[in-house]
Amino acid sequence: MLASLAVLAAATAEATEQSGGLPQLYAPDFAPQLIWLAITFGALYFILSRWSLPRVAEVIEERRDRIQRDLDEADRLKGETEKALAAYEQELAAARGRAGSIARETRDKLAAEVDQERARADSQVNAKLEDAEKRIGQMKSKALAQVNEIATETAGAVVEKLIGAEVSAEEARRALEPVPGE
Amino acid sequence: MHQFQIYRLTELEILGFDASFTNASLFMVLAVVLIVGFLALSMTGRSLVPTRIQSVAELSYEFIANMVRENVGQAGMKYFPFVFSLFVFILVLNLIGMIPYTFTVTSHIIVTFALAALVFVVVTGIGFARHGFGYLRLFVPDGVPVWLMPLIVPIELISYLIRPVSLSVRLFANMMAGHTMLKVFAGFVVSLGVFGIAPLLFTIAFTGLEFVVAILQAFIFTVLTCIYLNDAVNMHH
Repeated sequence: MLASLAVLAAATAEATEQSGGLPQLYAPDFAPQLIWLAITFGALYFILSRWSLPRVAEVIEERRDRIQRDLDEADRLKGETEKALAAYEQELAAARGRAGSIARETRDKLAAEVDQERARADSQVNAKLEDAEKRIGQMKSKALAQVNEIATETAGAVVEKLIGAEVSAEEARRALEPVPGE
Repeated sequence: MHQFQIYRLTELEILGFDASFTNASLFMVLAVVLIVGFLALSMTGRSLVPTRIQSVAELSYEFIANMVRENVGQAGMKYFPFVFSLFVFILVLNLIGMIPYTFTVTSHIIVTFALAALVFVVVTGIGFARHGFGYLRLFVPDGVPVWLMPLIVPIELISYLIRPVSLSVRLFANMMAGHTMLKVFAGFVVSLGVFGIAPLLFTIAFTGLEFVVAILQAFIFTVLTCIYLNDAVNMHH
């Protein structure tokens, strides 16, 4: 600032010597400069404020809006994705629960069937067992009855061999019968 | 001082005032055409993904818009077209002046003073429009003892009234001094003969500096306008 003022002073002195004054201070030149400054700056302000600057502002504004819109859209899509994911997980949990209950039901049903079947088989086996026991009892008593007969025959045959006398079956049976009171 | 001379290209008179189309007028018109043409050309595509030229326009828009928002706040965005017009007008006039054989409009005190006075009038108008006579509280800072008031208030008032002067002289002096200095040293190149290489190198370096000054002064003018606007809009001292 000081340096420029010094140069300015020097220049003023020089100019004064040359042409009798600094062109900047030549008063008759003021009016045309002021008038044209008013015209040009007025025109510039008018054109810029009405036309040029709104155009620039519009583009910048539009870009900002576009970015904001895109961000909003992305946000919305993210929200939707999260919602879908939550729904999927809920569905999965429900399906899992259903599958569990179905499995449990099936297991219970099968167990009941098995029990029933086992009971039936048991009763059948028991019936057969009883049957068999009965038959065994019958066969046992029949066999015991036959034992007497065989013993009589055997005794008859033995006596015949030993003494040569024929023993009737009746006699042999009698002889073999347990003595009463023994 | 030839480069600062005003030439009348066409003599003209409006309502008795001398409204001749001068070389200064020519470069003012050229600046407006360049600015409007550039903005129109860059925004022809108006594409969502900006082309190079479009992003330059958008960057300058955002640059000034952020400056206004930071210094004045959202309420100041109403005056954004004014601040933007000031910035590009001064910037383009300064940069045109860097081309040899052109004319630097901003090296004339009457032009910079008119711009600064415009800022002053606009800012003061906004201040009174928004706060009424309460705007005068600007000259009475908070937390100052009453007995200091007779001293502080005149100082505040003078510093407020001096704004258009400091604003205009800063721009004008910087532009004029730079151009004069370049001219002086360029003159040395010829007069020193072989040793003229030294001032030649200096002139080249100084030309780079002058570009910085041209951009910086447009920036400073705009930032100060924003700061003054902040006073008027928010009255934060």
